[in-house]
Amino acid sequence: MKVRLLAAAAAVAGAFAFPAHAQVEVQWWHSMGGALGEALNGLANQFNAEQKDYKIVTSYKGSYPESMTAAIAAFRAAQAPHILQVFEVGTATMMSAKGAIKPVYQLMKEAGEPFDPKAYLPTVTGYYSDLKGNMLSLPFNSSTALFYIDRNKFKAAGLPPVAPKTWKQVVATAEKLKAAGQDCVYTTGWPSWVHIENFSAWHNIPIGTRQNGMGGLDAVFTINSPTHVKHIQMLSDMAKKGLFTYAGRTNQADAKFQSGECAMATISAGALGGTIKAGKTDWQLNVLPYHDDVKGAPQNGIIGGASLWVMSGRKAEEYKGVAKFFTFLSRPEVQMEWHIKTGYVPITLAAYELTKKSGFYDKNPGRDTAVLQLTNKAPTANSKGLRFGNFVQGRTIIEEELEAAFAGKKTAKVALDAAVKRGNELLRQFEAANK
Amino acid sequence: MEKRVVFRSAWLPFVLVAPQLAITVVFFFWPASQAVWYSFQLQDAFGLRSQFVGLQNFYTLFKDSNYLLSFRTTAVFSVAVAGIGIALSLLLAVMADRVVRGAMAYKTLLIWPYAVAAAVAGVLYAFMFAPSIGIVTFMLRQFGVHWDWVINGNQAMLLVIMAAVWNQISYNFLFFLAGLQSIPKSLIEAAAIDGAGPARRFWSIIFPLLSPTAFFLLVVNVVYAFFGTFGIIDAITQGGPAQSTTILVYKVYHDGVKAADIGGSSAQSVILMAIVIALTVVQFRYIERRVQY
Repeated sequence: MKVRLLAAAAAVAGAFAFPAHAQVEVQWWHSMGGALGEALNGLANQFNAEQKDYKIVTSYKGSYPESMTAAIAAFRAAQAPHILQVFEVGTATMMSAKGAIKPVYQLMKEAGEPFDPKAYLPTVTGYYSDLKGNMLSLPFNSSTALFYIDRNKFKAAGLPPVAPKTWKQVVATAEKLKAAGQDCVYTTGWPSWVHIENFSAWHNIPIGTRQNGMGGLDAVFTINSPTHVKHIQMLSDMAKKGLFTYAGRTNQADAKFQSGECAMATISAGALGGTIKAGKTDWQLNVLPYHDDVKGAPQNGIIGGASLWVMSGRKAEEYKGVAKFFTFLSRPEVQMEWHIKTGYVPITLAAYELTKKSGFYDKNPGRDTAVLQLTNKAPTANSKGLRFGNFVQGRTIIEEELEAAFAGKKTAKVALDAAVKRGNELLRQFEAANK
Repeated sequence: MEKRVVFRSAWLPFVLVAPQLAITVVFFFWPASQAVWYSFQLQDAFGLRSQFVGLQNFYTLFKDSNYLLSFRTTAVFSVAVAGIGIALSLLLAVMADRVVRGAMAYKTLLIWPYAVAAAVAGVLYAFMFAPSIGIVTFMLRQFGVHWDWVINGNQAMLLVIMAAVWNQISYNFLFFLAGLQSIPKSLIEAAAIDGAGPARRFWSIIFPLLSPTAFFLLVVNVVYAFFGTFGIIDAITQGGPAQSTTILVYKVYHDGVKAADIGGSSAQSVILMAIVIALTVVQFRYIERRVQY
């Protein structure tokens, strides 16, 4: 009797679980926790509500490296998700994994979805395209490094509440703030991303040969150029004088600025939400400072953040759902909402125009700084982005050497020479493994 | 006379040890052999292309002066963690053993930290010692100490050693306390009647009788310092600043899990495995001789 009842219950449950018209499920693995995760789930829910054929199923897989590791393990076991969110430093690894990924331009073509790479911001497209201009992954959450100042601190020191434009002015302002008793004057997040990667693009100098590695696996690093050395030495000197407080390799500087501890910071545009929430600063967003003796500076900033990669080996039917979802994600109004909610930049020009037209930037001055920095000038080979293999390790090496310079253990020249030498060894290893 | 159990059937003993053997094979021999196999290969992250490169991964490692540096870091770290951890917990155990009133409370409090996971311990220390906002940093500033381990390598090393020792002290304490309590009181009383002071009693009677426990803890603590402390490092310093806290096991994790460099990471774990096997052999062959069971 009991058994029969159970069987009946199972049958009923089964009937609910599998409706006559089966929905195609699309798995999306991501790394957006907290408020960002809610915004991401909001996107999936909106898409699922709009149509009935496909269902996006999101799963949070931890930090960026954790998601990527999980996906690699899943791929090795033939269980990979359809969509994987990969951080920008993993781009070269994904791109070289030819059998593991399905390029986005190809996916859209096969599914017959309209897709125009020119609709996206050029710096964003450039980062995720091959040399022929084919987009291999779909940009999703993109940010850039910005220069935050706390006007309260400036006023307290008797300075006009205006952000310094050049690094020379930054040093002069820092000295005045310090003299007025400000303990933490300037700090930075993501030392390699801000002071090597974005710094190079902003000054239109190469990070590596072969168009920053985009042109081939045989690239070498060039981050020990005189301009790089000068900049890092300047930061080391600032650190020695107590004008620059080192915070750590990732986003530790965000809290230092948001809590009102530091007067100036170069941190991600994505830190704005937290800054507003903390409510302890009279913040102002500015483009990054530059060295006015470098010709062509400022050029344009490069992005950070992540893009969506499509994994190979799934059914055509499922790929159609992925393509439809990507079209949905690129819609201006969807992008605008994402941009306003999260602080990430709108990835299409249309979304930027729409946000502008909505009057959002007039009501919230400074919220378009990131877009303005990314589109300051048409990107050059030096400022399109970068693509180096093993760059997770590569960044660690750069950061280790920067720390040695900031601590005064090495001069900037010795540290950057070491970073180039050690980095190049990694590049050669990647080249050999991906021939 | 030695007692011997005789099995009548030939296969029963094998069946009885089979579960244990299976666990050892599945969780130790199989992954270890995989690591050895991968250490001879150059592979892309997804395992799409792999080629046999012989000893090249090892060659690359030993050519890298930074990898060699991490041996020194590991040596400093392990000696400090095992040494301080054992000495401090022995002291605490001897003290706790002497206490008559409230002994239970002291013991409970001393055992407590063991319930804290390594990563949580790491985060706790990172908060307490956080540059500029940590409570300990604040107190140090009153004494004129400039505490900033985010950029000062020696301070970072000191911090991870403290956190690692703190996390392990309870375990050591527990074993020492058990060891102390199993020493017959009559021996100590006899020595006291003979006129031996507390220090003399400790070094001539208590310490030799504790030596099996101390030896066991030495082995366990060295293994802990080499492998178990990785959570603390990851939670506090991630190997930085520069490379001042990159111990061998942390580099294995970083290269293998975070950077998906399977070959290089496997080669490192093979080297690490060899070191720990060698250390354990040395401990058992040379130090154990001086242990009095």
